[in-house]
Amino acid sequence: MQVWREPEGKRVSKMNHNLFLNITSYFTDGIPRIPLGRWTDQTIEFLQANCRESTQAISDFLEIVIKGLQEGLISVPPLLAILLVALIAWKLAGRKIAIFSLLGLLFIWNIGLWDVTLQTLAMVLVAVFMCILLGVPLGILIAKNETFYRIIAPVLDFMQTLPAFVYLLPAIPFFGLGVVPAVITTLIFAMPPIIRLTYLGLIQVPEELLELGKSFGSTFFQMLLKIELPLARSTIMAGINQCIMLSLSMVVIAAMIGAKGLGGVVWTAIQTLNMGMGFEAGVAIVILAIILDRITSSLGKS
Amino acid sequence: MAKLIINNLTKIYGNSPEKALEFMDKGCTNSEIRQETKQVVGVRNVSFSVKEGESFVIMGLSGSGKSTLIRCINLLIKPTRGEILIDNEDVTRISSDRLMHLRRKKMSMIFQKFALLPNRRILDNVAYGLEVQNLSRIQRYEKAREAISLVGLQEWEDAYPHNLSGGMQQRVGIARALANDPDILLMDEPFSALDPLIRQDMQDDLLALQEKLHKTIIFITHDLDEALKIGDNIALMKDGVIVQSGAPEDILLSPASDYVARFVENINWTKALTASSVMVKPRVVIYPKDGPMTALRIMEKHGISSLFVVNRSAHLLGYVTADGAYNAVENGIKQLDGIIQKDMPVSAPDTVLSDLLEVMANTKIPLAVVNEDNELKGVLVRGSVIAGLAGARREAGE
Ligand SMILES: Nc1ncnc2c1ncn2[C@@H]1O[C@H](COP(=O)(O)OP(=O)(O)OP(=O)(O)O)[C@@H](O)[C@H]1O
Ligand SMILES: [Mg+2]
Repeated sequence: MQVWREPEGKRVSKMNHNLFLNITSYFTDGIPRIPLGRWTDQTIEFLQANCRESTQAISDFLEIVIKGLQEGLISVPPLLAILLVALIAWKLAGRKIAIFSLLGLLFIWNIGLWDVTLQTLAMVLVAVFMCILLGVPLGILIAKNETFYRIIAPVLDFMQTLPAFVYLLPAIPFFGLGVVPAVITTLIFAMPPIIRLTYLGLIQVPEELLELGKSFGSTFFQMLLKIELPLARSTIMAGINQCIMLSLSMVVIAAMIGAKGLGGVVWTAIQTLNMGMGFEAGVAIVILAIILDRITSSLGKS
Repeated sequence: MAKLIINNLTKIYGNSPEKALEFMDKGCTNSEIRQETKQVVGVRNVSFSVKEGESFVIMGLSGSGKSTLIRCINLLIKPTRGEILIDNEDVTRISSDRLMHLRRKKMSMIFQKFALLPNRRILDNVAYGLEVQNLSRIQRYEKAREAISLVGLQEWEDAYPHNLSGGMQQRVGIARALANDPDILLMDEPFSALDPLIRQDMQDDLLALQEKLHKTIIFITHDLDEALKIGDNIALMKDGVIVQSGAPEDILLSPASDYVARFVENINWTKALTASSVMVKPRVVIYPKDGPMTALRIMEKHGISSLFVVNRSAHLLGYVTADGAYNAVENGIKQLDGIIQKDMPVSAPDTVLSDLLEVMANTKIPLAVVNEDNELKGVLVRGSVIAGLAGARREAGE
């Protein structure tokens, strides 16, 4: 039999290669792979098995609230609603924004996206409302308690940087498809700025004003309600403003799990390669974003 | 009666003060303690007492522990050791409810940077202390308005702090403190952030208020002129310790250490200034034809406790006291003659101040300055003498 003989040089290089493989496999063989993925699966299964009822209850409740709000908003005659928004914008943010709101919303109505825009708005409003309800107290908590701050700060980083798809999926077994998991994932994504900025606003209150409060005999809650929160107001409003913007940016992603609304339109457009339709929905999102942004940021200033 | 007594008060900043206390009791200096234990001594075995209605000024250079000391009194800073007796109650040992009560009713603080709430109108700023006591809106606005009129800001009630100048803002701070009607005012460099002219106005106004209200005042400053003008007694602090305390005259005339001497150096103007250079016009006088009732009313109106009596050609006849006039009214005496006292010390216009300080320290009424013909030319009140001294020193210093 003829034996295939490699040229001298090549053999050396192959030997080196083998050596390298040996070394890496030595390391990976020595330490078992950490089963983070499996643990996650198990945790979710466990939670699913044990918390199903409570999440179902939350889910049902949220569903009623969101659907109710959506239908309520849609039942208002569009023209009346548009004039109302323009009026509010005028009062709070000035004439320019009022005119922009008027024209922008008329445009949305004109291109037939009025109802889906309201669906989106309702989801954003519910998500933001819940963000405020949870985020402001959490912000206060971490501003007042160093230990909680150390625990919660990394969680916030986690919530903000973890790709949304990663928690979009586990939300489904708990909350099913539709608006509820969409709002829940939006909540996770959009709440951190409110917590952070509430914290920031509170720790920025000048020492002398804290001394003032204490030296006149204020209780803990008097300090909070009469001094700290009013002074932190514009910072907290900035947090709420950011929260609204982030919520809006989630609508497209949330549409993937059946949230409908403007995101749903974009999603359909992508699937059918209907560029015109996608662009229209995109513009409607931008218009909604600008109106909400200007109105809420003017709330922070006055 | 002593309103406030501080006994061996010590404040150590840091997380293991016991060790620092040990070193302190062994007599180590603050910097040694800092090196050995990493703890910072803020106030070190300070004792003093303040009488009801007295203005007690604490002065010293930056970092000498003044703010720490004043914040121990209302427990914004918790003292490490020692007693703080307010009306014989040791506030370092009271419950938090009781402390809250004291902070609401008994003492109010006035801050260097005013500490007004920017989102509240002046009226609501002044009402803050009443609001936390849960007074009804009507009640607290009524009291707040009273306090605002004491500092002359009636027209600014509805303005916001940023509409006001620094001096006006601090008036608001004072009104807020007075609105609670506390016994004790704690003032931590209240006028340091103001420019010199405004500052003098504020000092004058504080003195005028104090003449009416008779609060017990703890006043911090690092300015000697201010200390002399405001203080009935002055304490000088250095490195957390009181190095000298006493009446302004004592400190001026016999500084206890080099540190104090440096504070008061080239202020020995008592020898150069004469009575006529620092006297003020007698604000009000009374004539023999007037009755005790009139005398009483004048004194009440001007918030003073004695009046000089002069005749039509301004010759000094004597003086009447509020007590004298009051008794006369009670007993139905209509004539002033019976209650005119003549035992007042007088000074010639060209007498130097150093010869007068002792006399002034021992008399309750202002010192009358009369010429050879016994005409009343002016009066020396303690504030004017000290302000004169301080002013002369300032001019010479330039
Ligand atoms: N929170 C703190 N932690 C540690 N050390 C402090 C603290 N506050 C004050 N000190 C120290 O205590 C000492 C006294 O400070 P304090 O503020 O009482 O001085 P002060 O006389 O009011 O000075 P100033 O005229 O600058 O206001 C200083 O050495 C200061 O560095
Ligand atoms: Mg200070």
